[in-house]
Amino acid sequence: MTVFSPDLREKAEAIKAKYPDPRSAMLPLLYVAQSVEGYVSRDGMQEIADILDVKTTQVEAVATFYTMFHMQPTGEHVIAVCTNLSCMLRGAYEIYDAAKEALGEGAEHMTADGKFTLHEEECLGACDAAPLVQVDAANHDRVSKERMLEIIEQLRKGEVPTPSRGEAPRDWKHAAQINAGLGDGA
Amino acid sequence: MSFEPVLTARWGLEDSASIDVYLKTGGYEGLRKALSMEQDAVIEEVASSGLRGRGGAGFPTGQKWKFVDKSLNKPTYVVANLDESEPGTFNNRELIERDPHQFIEGLLVSAYAIKSHHTFIYCRGEFLWPALHLERAIEEARARGFVGKGVAGSDYDIEMTLHRGAGAYICGEETALLESLEGKRGQPRLRPPFPVTEGLYDCPTAINNVETLSNVPHIMVRGADWYKSLGTEKSPGPKMYSLSGKVEKPGNYEAEMGITARELIEGFGGGVLDGKKLKAWTPGGTSTPMLTAEHIDTPMDFDGVMAAGSMLGTGAMIILDERDCIVESTWRMLEFYARESCGKCTTCREGNWWTTRILRRIEDGYGSEEDIDLLNGIAGAQLFKGFCALVDGATSPSLSSIKYFRDEYQAHVKQKGCPMKPAVRRRDPQEVAP
Repeated sequence: MTVFSPDLREKAEAIKAKYPDPRSAMLPLLYVAQSVEGYVSRDGMQEIADILDVKTTQVEAVATFYTMFHMQPTGEHVIAVCTNLSCMLRGAYEIYDAAKEALGEGAEHMTADGKFTLHEEECLGACDAAPLVQVDAANHDRVSKERMLEIIEQLRKGEVPTPSRGEAPRDWKHAAQINAGLGDGA
Repeated sequence: MSFEPVLTARWGLEDSASIDVYLKTGGYEGLRKALSMEQDAVIEEVASSGLRGRGGAGFPTGQKWKFVDKSLNKPTYVVANLDESEPGTFNNRELIERDPHQFIEGLLVSAYAIKSHHTFIYCRGEFLWPALHLERAIEEARARGFVGKGVAGSDYDIEMTLHRGAGAYICGEETALLESLEGKRGQPRLRPPFPVTEGLYDCPTAINNVETLSNVPHIMVRGADWYKSLGTEKSPGPKMYSLSGKVEKPGNYEAEMGITARELIEGFGGGVLDGKKLKAWTPGGTSTPMLTAEHIDTPMDFDGVMAAGSMLGTGAMIILDERDCIVESTWRMLEFYARESCGKCTTCREGNWWTTRILRRIEDGYGSEEDIDLLNGIAGAQLFKGFCALVDGATSPSLSSIKYFRDEYQAHVKQKGCPMKPAVRRRDPQEVAP
């Protein structure tokens, strides 16, 4: 399939132009691909290789290095529970286990309904808010078990849970669009 | 003498992040002042202020700017390091959320000082909203003429590009950051050459931490002498301290360099959670050797923490109380370094992983006395044997925890499990044995 529509091809050129060396657009373009598919597919990598005039293996080498690029299909929402020291001391593993149980079989890859991907996360730089949970990279501070379950329920109903500060993206693809530097507009 | 906040002075104001509030409270005056000076004079002012980098190494900022080679007939770059990922560290994020223009102004001054016309901000991808918020602040600054062509009415141009990382602790290491910014895997480069001569796109580059740059506008406006009057002689200025873990009031607190850990934990932090006893704490994130209750009067500046046998790092204090297990905590710290190793050096890639397995088996009750020495042995073999400091940092948790809590390790061995959590699920030895 075509990952980069003509419009996205145009945007990709604008991203390249921001840098003295177009190869610097690699990470932003991987985010563009992820904003379309929710993950980085082989097609996406081939198109990025074409746009940057590098080999597909060079794109793959980069994509597989960074944990925020998913190499397999993800759920509509990605829930990340920080379990690093400060969060662990404040009960993060219990939050993680609660989320895992609520989401059921396969959540660490993708739930059967295609709605969720759950994973443990390393320090997210908000240790004062431990235990910290990110929903599509939006922060939820001091999450209790009850709040974790409530967040999952809200997402199931199609609502975007209100983050602790700032705004939240609609879903995981929207988060990738923002990280591509394309802003949060429709 | 009471300390008046510098870096956090605007935090209490309504709309503290807006450019209007920033301009009403003296914002961008430091940039105007800098632009009215010769570039070398700006560097001299920052050098004589004694400002040292807040990212962990404590390198004198003015010195770094002096070292940037401006004679090569190549562009020069400033790259701001907003990849804040050291466990326990979270002040850069809040500085950006609450007062982004203070940082932007510092970045602009540094660009002018080293004759750079293009600056980059490398922000970790997990800071989704903080980065979006910063992006908007940059656009605000551009609309008011502080970014782009002829900044602040001068004839000096400064472009600013925000670049997101994508989940890799190693990209906080400056040469890995440059690789990543160039669109490659974030693996460190061999030094020398140092970035100040061959950095981004092989051009002279200054890489500065966000907290460091946030100090710069104040130095420009109030002068090096004022700056030196804060903090200690060798670690001047204000510092952000991040308290987390088992304290009543976790958070970022600004204080003069040299404030004691006691004042931070008992004063700002409201004491250890639930009135429990302090057991251990990290002075600057998990890569700095942990200290104990005995070290609570340590002055929190570069030399003070060094004298206590650790490092100031980022000033990220993670507090453990008497209920917390040292072995489990050390295991979790090492899990991080094992996962985040970029894989380039065998010492780091293999050493960290094996260390997690040994710590896990001690915690789960399958450890032996020899395992404790084995941990020390592995750490000793890793220390200073990597391309970058990640491997050195990874040795801190086990070396320091065994140094201060060997008895607790031994108790795990003797009791065949965790004394703090006797009911802990014991795993199948096949699962834990390497």
